[in-house]
Order: sequence, then structure tokens, then C-alpha cells
Amino acid sequence: MAAKRVIVIGGGVAGMQAAITLKNNGISPMLIERDITLGGKLTRWDRLFPCGTPASEVIGKQIESLSELGIRTVLCGEVSEITPGDGHVEVALTDGSSYEAEAVIITTGFDLFNATVKEEYGYKIYPNVITSADLEDMFKEGEVRCADGSAPRSVAILHCVGSRDSQIGHGHCSRVCCITGVKQAIELKQAYPDCEVYNFYMDMRMFGSGYEELYKEAQQKYRINFVRGRISECSGTLDSRVRIKAEDTLAGRPLKMTVDMLVLMIGKQAPATNAKFASELGIRLSEDGFLKGVDSFDGATVTSRKGIFVAGTATGPKNIGESMAEAVTAAMKAVEYVNSLS
Amino acid sequence: MKRYSWEKYQKTIPDDHFYYARSCIRQNFFPGSEAVFLKIMGDDLGVDIFDDAKHTSCTGIGYHSDIVPLETIMTVVARQFSLMSEAGYKNMVSSCITSFGLYTEILSMWHHFPELEEKTRANLKAATGRTFEKPECVVHSSDLMFHFRDRIAEKAKVRLVDPESGRPLKVVEHIGCHYAKIFPTAGIGGSEFPYVLAGMVESWGGEVVDYPERRHCCGFGFRNYLVQANRGAPVANSRQKFESMAPYKLDFIVANCPGCTMFLDKWQYTISEIEGVTYGADGHGIPVLSYEEMAGLVLGYDPWDLGMQMHQVGVEPLLNKLEIEYDHSRKYLGNNGKYISHPTECGL
Amino acid sequence: MMKKFGFTINAKRAIDLDINDRSIARQVAARVPSWSLCIGCGGCSATCTAGALTDYNFRKLHLLARRGETSALRKQLNNCMLCGKCTLQCPRGVNTRGVIAALMELLPGE
Repeated sequence: MAAKRVIVIGGGVAGMQAAITLKNNGISPMLIERDITLGGKLTRWDRLFPCGTPASEVIGKQIESLSELGIRTVLCGEVSEITPGDGHVEVALTDGSSYEAEAVIITTGFDLFNATVKEEYGYKIYPNVITSADLEDMFKEGEVRCADGSAPRSVAILHCVGSRDSQIGHGHCSRVCCITGVKQAIELKQAYPDCEVYNFYMDMRMFGSGYEELYKEAQQKYRINFVRGRISECSGTLDSRVRIKAEDTLAGRPLKMTVDMLVLMIGKQAPATNAKFASELGIRLSEDGFLKGVDSFDGATVTSRKGIFVAGTATGPKNIGESMAEAVTAAMKAVEYVNSLS
Repeated sequence: MKRYSWEKYQKTIPDDHFYYARSCIRQNFFPGSEAVFLKIMGDDLGVDIFDDAKHTSCTGIGYHSDIVPLETIMTVVARQFSLMSEAGYKNMVSSCITSFGLYTEILSMWHHFPELEEKTRANLKAATGRTFEKPECVVHSSDLMFHFRDRIAEKAKVRLVDPESGRPLKVVEHIGCHYAKIFPTAGIGGSEFPYVLAGMVESWGGEVVDYPERRHCCGFGFRNYLVQANRGAPVANSRQKFESMAPYKLDFIVANCPGCTMFLDKWQYTISEIEGVTYGADGHGIPVLSYEEMAGLVLGYDPWDLGMQMHQVGVEPLLNKLEIEYDHSRKYLGNNGKYISHPTECGL
Repeated sequence: MMKKFGFTINAKRAIDLDINDRSIARQVAARVPSWSLCIGCGGCSATCTAGALTDYNFRKLHLLARRGETSALRKQLNNCMLCGKCTLQCPRGVNTRGVIAALMELLPGE
């Protein structure tokens, strides 16, 4: 009997992990990725919290496994429609090709919040207001530079940009920005020990293993300044620096300062494709547009539509380990399902 | 000044036929502004605007000072709408930012709570026997000036540039809070990077200056400054703005709100007396213009006909810079050539 | 002679880190490294004997010292009884008593 087939849509860390798990469990997976390369959003990241592991190492290992296992991968494949049938699912691509399988796992990840929406921060207007993703680009290039080419002597990092903000209709916490803020602050201090770094936060949500420790290291070893307060607006100065306004909520006083650079910790939002898949397949979305399983526990990766499984950040913000773990769960749920088919 | 939000906050502004709602305080502080607005719209641009002697204050000052209740101001506003309908108009243009904010907010409240509108209709009927139609469009008079900025530029006799060097004048634009902070979509350019005044300045040759406290409130409030002893905080807000803008070596400030224009002009004198500080590049104050005065100068109106003799900060250095001719001996003569008195040293 | 307006101009309330002198904060941080670990939970102030009877608030006081807002702090510190309960309480292990001692020494007197 031919091996059962499962199509995985989205070749980020979750999708790759799901495909590897499927293959290791006797299924014939196919991985469809929209981009020209595998790795998803992680391809833009330099090093990862909490241990500084290079992102390329994580993706590299997965790509190596995919190739060793001979997993069929379609790059530049944009899904136009998923059509579930009786015991099989058809996935059509925009280039006119289509593929059939017994099940589909959707691992289409997230979109980065577009920081220009928060007009008060002047992203793309004030040249020294950048995002956490822009800072990763600089880390990858090997140096952090202000718009005029100089090394920054003071940097403010603003947490929760695009997260926990009813003004833009994003109620959810993106979860990884707090620890990313701490990680990037430390990386800045490592590269530029004389640079003053200020993290402006609403809450510090250090949920993961090793996160709280990293936070303490940031405070004590690196002398990073943590200010509990949300920056309300920023503006350019005559010398192209960034003037920020916040409240030091623990002091109960407004706080102002000028920094060379402001980094906006942009959050994760549901990808535009989630709504499309949800309406086509009749599966539920969370209030913030993430795909929902049948419950929050054993059925978190199982949708109400037979043969359609979900995993990774398409179901809500997660760190890499969690995305991979959920991908494994979704893959095993898919294995159980396809093996139950006659 | 760089901005991107302008595309996002467009606003439909009709081309003609407006009912004009005046401000209750502007004619004291900037007495030529409303008159010249009507002249520019009527004589220069041929726009039909009805200036109605029957309408009253919107009572916004009383409302924002906790003297006039919401129900009362809604009824007064309903009466303005009734007068507008009676005169055969559907578009309202408000001279005051706070009136504009109130008209917009009241219409929004009626939309969300129709029972308030019904109550207001009953109140107006009981008090005056009137009924009313809601306006199809409410704009601020700076919206209208913005709408016609390119036509004004075509007729310009003066450009906002230094004729000697060709340098664009550096202008700070200040937008009244009630223009777009309550409803960002009701204002041209939104609330963070409003374009209503900036568009005029740029269209007429000037350069808008972005400075750190650009979006900060002037401090006017209403209840906040009405009592003399409480004015320390309002004036400190204006000072915060002046200190922030001074390093940019401005040529003038332009504002679109009655309170802001008055505050930014008068407080410069107060601060110079109390703290001995002035903020202009020439060691004096920074001239503060209403947008109608700015448009009037561009179109070649006489500064004294624009009412600029009533400013606290002298406008002559700006007029000289722009090479605008004026007759000094006419400064304190009113419309009919009658002497209107002149400022003396106060407190002596 | 200054004109009388019936009011004076309010002083600025904002903490302005562009102008504040934070040299004392740097000295305290060097002397008591655990000071940096504070997360503002307020456990120190909650348990403080002096805080229960006066408006002495150690959490706020040392935060203001960190921001360079040091005027009038020295006098407030005199409320502290150096009982040590705050140090026992601190979940981050800040040597609060050490911070108080350092501030008493470094802050300008009256």
C-alpha cells in the first residue's frame, strides 16, 4: 500500500518540523513554501533568545533533515485554495498546479506588525526610529548604525508595539517581544558597552525557561535601564535624534529624554491568509484572527474540519520551541487521522 | 517636513454653499480674521457663504467650564442647525475649533444614542418651536481654506519666502486639540501629522517646521485657565512649546484655533515679563498668525485691515521680511479711519 | 519691577533625563550591584515601619535617586530606622539597607 500523504503549508520552523515528524512516522509529506527560501520569519533573525543560538543554525539543521529524508518541497508556491473532500484534500496553487493528500497541516506563521500604523512613533518618518526586525538586519550585517552612520550612544527600546493595544484592535500579547527586547538590549551593550540602553515596558512577561535569568543579567551585568511606562509619542530633534515622552509610572512622573535611536518591539499579528483559510474551510478564528483548534488542550492542533490541522504561530504567538512542539503534535494528530482512514 | 499619514486621512469638502458659524471670542482677539475669511471666500473665490446674524455662541466655553449642561448645549447646537436649514444650507463651516469639535461630537452622540437626538428635538421644539435638519457636512473654516489653497496660491501677491534670499519662511503650525484629537478622521491629515495648516504653508511657499512639542496642547483648556489664579499650568504648557520650537529660528507661528492663537500670542508677553525670556530669532517674540491672516497677507490684504494691530507680539518684523508695504500711521485707525487707541505700558 | 499677573508659571514636572545628573546613581550601582535588580514590586515599602507612619516611600525614593531626581531625598532618608526588614523581604535580593547607607552618604545634605 502506498504511503499516506500529508501536505504542509508554510515552510517556517513549524512547517519544517511537521514535515520531518510526518516522514519519520511513515507518512509521505510535501512542504509548500510561498517564499523562495525555507525558514520563514526566522531567516531575518540573527541570534535567538535565551542563549544566543544563531537562527541560521536552527533553520540549517531542519533544512538538512528535510534533504536527508528526501522530503518533497515546493518553493514559491502560493496556495490559492484548499478543497477538502471525503478522505482527501486538494491544494491548488496560484500557478495552476494542484496537489492531493489525505490531510493538510497549516503552518503559515504570522505577519510582523506594520509599525507605521502607530503614527505617534513616526516610523519611516524619523530616520532613527527603527523596528526590532530592522535591528536584527543590522545585527546580521555586523554593525548597528544610526541614520548618519554613527554608532548609537543611547537607545530606547519600546515594548508592546502592535500588541495589547485596543487602539489598533490587537488585544493579544505577542509573547516573545519582552524577551526579544531584553536580548536585543544585551546585544547592543555587548557590541557598544558605552551605549545607554532603556527598555520601556508595560509588564515584563518573562514566561520561558531562562528568560527571567536573562532579564536579571540585563539589569545587573549590563546595567540596562528598565522603565515601566509606555512611550506615548516621539519626535525628531534638530540633530535628527529622537525625543521621547513617557511616564515613569513607578515614580508617578512624566519622563522625557532624547536618544540616538528608538527601537520598536513590533508584535506578531495573524497572517492575512488566516481569514481566507478559515472562511473557505469553516474553521474558527480567535478574536485576533489566529486559527483555532477544537479546544485549547488535546485538540489545539485539530480543527473542526476533518483532515485539516494547524500549528505554529498561525494559531497564536509562540516562541520557536513552542512552535516546533506544536508542529510535532499536529503531525502526530495527522498521522493518527490518516492511518484511521481505510 | 516628512509625513505619510496624509493619504489616510482625506476628507470630503464640498466646493460651495456654506452656513458660517462664527466663534464667540475671535472677534476680540483677532478681529479681522473672520471678516477676511468671508471676503476671501466671497470676493476672491466666489464661494457662497452665509453669515447669519441670528446664530449664537455654541456655548462651548460654558460647556467646557461645567456651567452649561450637555442637554443645553445640544439644544443650542440644534438651533444653529435649524437656522442653517431655514437659510437653505446643508453644509456648516465653523470658525471655532471647539465648536467644530462639539458639532462633530454631538452628531456622533446622536448617531450612537438616537434617543439623545429625539430628546434634543423635543427640547428645541418646546423652547423655540423650531425643527432642524442635520447638516450633510461639517467642516472647520481652515478645512475650507485648505480646500482652496491652490486657487489662493494662483492669486498670491506675496509668497511665504524671504524675497532677498529666496529662502522659504520657517513656520510652526499649531492645530487646536478639538480639531482632530477627538476624531482623527474628521481632520485633514489626522491628529499626529495634521496637514490642514501645513498644506496651506507649503502651497504658499513656506516650510513647515517639525519640533518635539509640535503635538502638545497649548494649555488653553477652558475651566483650566478661566480663573486667573489657575493660569500657571496653562501658561507652562505654552512655554513648553516655545522652548521646544525656539531653536528652529522660526519666522512665525500659524494656528487654527481661537484659544491657541490667543494663547501663543499673549503668553509670549507674559513669559517675557515673568521670566525675562523671548523666543524669536531676532530677540523679540515670534509673531502668531491666524490662518486667515496668513491667507490675507498672501492675497495682498492690508495688515491693518486684517486686524494685525491687535497682536501682542508685533508683526512688523515679519511684514518687513516679506517686503509687505504698510502705513505705520494707519496702524491704530479702524475701518472708518477712527483712532482706536493704542497699547500703553500696563501695570504702571 | 516685575508685572503682577495674579499667577506664576508652574515648574516642570517631567523627569528630564537629558539634563538630570545621574552620577550619584552610578556610584550607588557600583557600590551595591544588586540595586539594579529592583522591579518596583513595593515589598520594601509595604513592610517598612517608617512608611507606615510617615510619607516615607523607599521604593519611590530610590527610584527617583536612580533617575537623578535627588533634591529633598536626603532629608526623607532620615525617616529610615535601618531595621532591615525591607532587605529580608526583597524578592530580587536587593541589598536595600546597603542602598540606604550609600544614599545617606552620597546624597547632598540640606
